[in-house]
Amino acid sequence: MGREAAISLLIAAALLAAPLLGQAFDEPFVITLATKVAILGLAGTGLNLALGYGGLVSLGHAAFFGLGGYVAGILASHALNYEPLFTWPLTVEGTTQMLIIWPVAIVVSGVAALVIGALSLRTSGVFFIMITLAFAQMVYYFAISWPAYGGEDGLSIYIRNEFPGLNTLNPLHFFAVCYVLLLVAVALSFLLSRSRFGLALSGARQNAQRLATVGISPFRVRLTAFVLSGMVTGLAGALYADLNRFVSPSMLSWHTSGEIMVFVLLGGTRRLLGPAAGAALYIVLEHTLGDVSEHWMLLLGALLVALVLFARGGVIGILAGQPRHA
Amino acid sequence: MTASLIVEQLLNGLQFGVMLFLMAAGLTLIFGVMGLINLAHGSFYMVGAFACAAVAALTGSYWAGLAASLAAAAAAGALVEVAVIRRLYSRGHLDQVLATFALILVFSEGTRWVFGSFPLHLTVPGFLSGPVALPGGIDYPLFRFAIILAGLLIAAGLFLLIAKTRLGVRIRAGESDREMIAALGVDIRRLYTTVFALGAALAGFAGALVGTIQSVQVGMGEPVLILAFVVIIIGGLGSIVGALVGAVLVGLTDTLGRILLPVLFDTFMESSSATTVGSALASMLIYILMALVLILRPTGLFGTRAH
Repeated sequence: MGREAAISLLIAAALLAAPLLGQAFDEPFVITLATKVAILGLAGTGLNLALGYGGLVSLGHAAFFGLGGYVAGILASHALNYEPLFTWPLTVEGTTQMLIIWPVAIVVSGVAALVIGALSLRTSGVFFIMITLAFAQMVYYFAISWPAYGGEDGLSIYIRNEFPGLNTLNPLHFFAVCYVLLLVAVALSFLLSRSRFGLALSGARQNAQRLATVGISPFRVRLTAFVLSGMVTGLAGALYADLNRFVSPSMLSWHTSGEIMVFVLLGGTRRLLGPAAGAALYIVLEHTLGDVSEHWMLLLGALLVALVLFARGGVIGILAGQPRHA
Repeated sequence: MTASLIVEQLLNGLQFGVMLFLMAAGLTLIFGVMGLINLAHGSFYMVGAFACAAVAALTGSYWAGLAASLAAAAAAGALVEVAVIRRLYSRGHLDQVLATFALILVFSEGTRWVFGSFPLHLTVPGFLSGPVALPGGIDYPLFRFAIILAGLLIAAGLFLLIAKTRLGVRIRAGESDREMIAALGVDIRRLYTTVFALGAALAGFAGALVGTIQSVQVGMGEPVLILAFVVIIIGGLGSIVGALVGAVLVGLTDTLGRILLPVLFDTFMESSSATTVGSALASMLIYILMALVLILRPTGLFGTRAH
């Protein structure tokens, strides 16, 4: 077993152990934090598909994260108010079942990623960064100016959505749901990176011209990766809305995009558990620095600058060294 | 909807566009010469506004405040360039995005530390307050009119600087081949610091002027930064002319869209939902414009290179 695999297992085990210890020592806040790490790690795992494996620096993933969140919020609010979502051409009711909300969130964010990706991938480099940012901002402003679902004030989910056989209001149960989904997404990333598609995606990142000469269109490979990436991040958004029982335009704001990107880089790009490790580190930093000073953002910013300048490869990069295939 | 209202909104759009140009010009220069994407550019806009508000309150002179905004933003720019940005030129865009994103946290929280969370307000200097009578019997705030003029003057000055001066020659040379001008004996590091400080000063100046009309608060630079990105995408990366055209286009589209779309929808919808749909669509209008430009010309209107 390589060092990275060992470290990944350790991270996964630590993330599982934290809430169990929290339960044992009657610290429910730890469970909430661990759930947050799992969800944000999932969002980062989604971004890692595009940013890490595909080399597509998207600064617009808040759009998918927020859309997933709004799907959960909107479906739940319609179900709780007994108002159908729409009545023509057929009547569609809201729902509080996570098993229905998730696929809807995945499809909605996937479609959004398809549209945004198809337009943004016409360009590359700095243009791509700015365009993904701009499209996410468009969704953000739309959410603010559309009053039906709370506009600027956001939308509350009064009761956390349900999962058959579990009591999602029990923090430990809800953590289990998020943790399993994180592991599923990590496993899918692993399979994807080893598949023919994953190799083609690596090719598109390293040398698109060569990929094109062997008859594979880099555009289609990239677009597929971007859509998959948006779907995973959208699912994370639906969970995040359920965690807070609240969804607001701030989930769509570009700070969210930046933070998801920070998780991936803190942990290490193209590392399976990098985003989860990065999210964990970020949240731990947020809470320890928060105790040091109310201006903890200043310290966090300075620390991040230092990390980018002097510690390349993220946490897993420092611990496990360079990957064999750079 | 009267003609005078439309003229007034046209001028508002132009004023907005001219301020966007000051932001976009700095960004596009910095990208053109150093190949750097700088998310922290909005922070210089904020620094300029706060410097102006602080110095104007201290000295009682708006002009001292404006001078301070230029000086503070340029100094902040030079400092950041030497301390952080310089190490990022050889890195990929991802590191640049992350480091400059982190710089925003530092700047925003630092400003909040010094000035607190409450917005500051600037007063328009006496002889620029009040309206100006334009031909056709239209009254327009004199200060906004002055902003348009100042912005256009700076734009002209920037074009002259780049076309006619030695610094401009170096900037253009830096854009086309930085190794070559370094080999010819130009101190490339100093050139980079100068360009970065120049861009920051433009942003700080815009921040001070806009801060006078609106309010001076933490985070004020971020929405403008993203709009400046939209301007650059529309105008074309690295092109100052593109930045000017894009900025005016975005300013006019946004301002007029917010006025005209609700009225337009009102002609065939009931009025309450027309306002809702119209204003929601208006908030997305410039992004739709951006998408159209991307479909028709992926390199932007004046962009020549593919990036």
